[in-house]
Amino acid sequence: MTTSVVDTTKLTSPLDRPSAGPVGKRHYGTHIFLTVMAIMWLTPLLWTVLTALRPKSSVDKHGYFSLKGTYNFDNFTKAWNQAGLQKYFVNSLIITVPTVILTIFLASMMAFAVSRFTWKFNVTLLVMFTAGNLLPPQVLAAPLFEMFKHTSLPYSVSDSGNLLNTYYSVIIVDTAFQIGFCTFVLSNYMKALPDDLTEAALVDGAGVWRQYISIILPLCRPALAALATLETIFIYNDFFWPLLFIQNGDRLPITTGIKNLQGQFFQDYNLIAAGATITVIPTLVVYVLLQRHFVAGLTLGASKG
Amino acid sequence: MTDLPLVGVPRDTRSKQAPTPSTGKPQRRRRVRRLNGRDKLVLGVMVGIPTLIQAVFVWIPMVLSIALSFTKWNGLALSDIKANGLQNYKFVTQNYPPFWPAVQHNIIWLAFLALIATPIGLLLAVLLDQKIKGSRIYQSIFFTPVMLSLVLVGIIWQLMYEKDNGLINNLLRTANTSHAVDWYGNSKVNLWAALVAATWRHAGYIMVLYLAGLKGVDPSLKEAAAIDGATAPQTFFRVVFPAMRPINIVVVVITIIEALRAFDIVYIINRGTNGLELISALVIQNLVGEGQVIGVGSALAVMLLVISLVPITFYLARTFKKVD
Repeated sequence: MTTSVVDTTKLTSPLDRPSAGPVGKRHYGTHIFLTVMAIMWLTPLLWTVLTALRPKSSVDKHGYFSLKGTYNFDNFTKAWNQAGLQKYFVNSLIITVPTVILTIFLASMMAFAVSRFTWKFNVTLLVMFTAGNLLPPQVLAAPLFEMFKHTSLPYSVSDSGNLLNTYYSVIIVDTAFQIGFCTFVLSNYMKALPDDLTEAALVDGAGVWRQYISIILPLCRPALAALATLETIFIYNDFFWPLLFIQNGDRLPITTGIKNLQGQFFQDYNLIAAGATITVIPTLVVYVLLQRHFVAGLTLGASKG
Repeated sequence: MTDLPLVGVPRDTRSKQAPTPSTGKPQRRRRVRRLNGRDKLVLGVMVGIPTLIQAVFVWIPMVLSIALSFTKWNGLALSDIKANGLQNYKFVTQNYPPFWPAVQHNIIWLAFLALIATPIGLLLAVLLDQKIKGSRIYQSIFFTPVMLSLVLVGIIWQLMYEKDNGLINNLLRTANTSHAVDWYGNSKVNLWAALVAATWRHAGYIMVLYLAGLKGVDPSLKEAAAIDGATAPQTFFRVVFPAMRPINIVVVVITIIEALRAFDIVYIINRGTNGLELISALVIQNLVGEGQVIGVGSALAVMLLVISLVPITFYLARTFKKVD
């Protein structure tokens, strides 16, 4: 494999580029290397799907390392109904949708204010927002947990009597944690929009809010789409905050809830595999439908750099 | 994965397509003066709400974390909080057995990501940046794990690593024999097993960043190097790679921060014990469960914070220097 690496780096010569028309012999090394890597990358996924599709009885008979036996969706229905994945999914939805909307909305306001206007501390605040997003979340765990535990709420709002075990706790902390990143990206984007746009509106007597809502936001649509896609995946994939704040298994979102599946159905790898596969499906749907936005989001700023 | 520390490069490093940031400060300052009272109020609210949220849920907890690290507290009544000086730090560094292994594991984690996972991502990007057949398919394959949470990555690899039923031991033909390695359970190998799983995801992420970076490199640079007789590796290491400096910085920062944030995978495997101790996992072990020792957990959190601030400060200083 090492040799093929060396061979292939040679092929990155700029001289190959212009004449790259016919794809031929010269890329054999690259293709062999990439194919090997691709197989290694796909194997865990295929193994998971294979395991998920084989019922436990079939595995007990033929062993895991076998293609024999029957294939069906029994593990999926069992994971969905008995193991509670359905419930976890609803919880994920309840947490993800408001968080993404809130994050993008608040971040776009902040970004507008720091990038379109110059005032004292605007850069300082932006730096602090960005820094917050880069911290390891565990740094904030103890104070947030204790703050929520000691915030009394009426039992009509929260059955724990405080902010723990509520969706709110996860939504607000996820939002706070993600605002920094979104503000940073959006402020870079907004800064690049010409001043004349809002100047003209100002002359026409449009207030700050009008400039934001009817001029700047519509122009940021590509960045907003990319961020919304990215944040949806981020929040859906968030493990830590629900783990910290929610003890009641019935309220866990799927990424955290799948941990329980592991404990509950300890030796039933087929069920765990089915659970993992089901959990991946929404992200794959996003991937297939919105891949462009997602990749744009990941490299936002960077790609334009 | 909630928050890959995604960071972009400020837009001023970018070249063509976007609208040019126009004239600048004097004009803007004038505009502020033209704002009427209502506009100022609106702006105040637009800044105020996000800032308040940040303050209450990020900045203040950070300060409280530092404060709690000098106290002794079991997490019950607020009146039980007692000052404890530097005792928690002393305890952690001298009498807390998992601490030094955790430090070591974090360093190994960083080294592995920096020396293996990140270079794999770079290599994939360089290979796929060529006009080769099926480049997009390869990209999609390598990118798929990036969409998954680290928890799911941990679970999917558990199916690979399982002692008797996992694919790897079956391929090695050691499954159901006494030679079978319990990849997640054996404290001699489980760190490496977790790192392989983490690499599966990290490399794809780095690949995407570098693919974007490579597209931004001016082709004439490469042509000039080739005319001067540079070989392909020379062209890459001396011309293309340095030209991607902004991306390189982002990648370095991401790699360091990912290593400090590593948590989900080890927590799903065994809660960060038995060979998988990491500072982040120790923080949580001290906060939840029986016998909460908030002070000790906070002391660990503060150490994590101080270490994290090094790459964060470095990155922010570079990024915002030009803006100022």
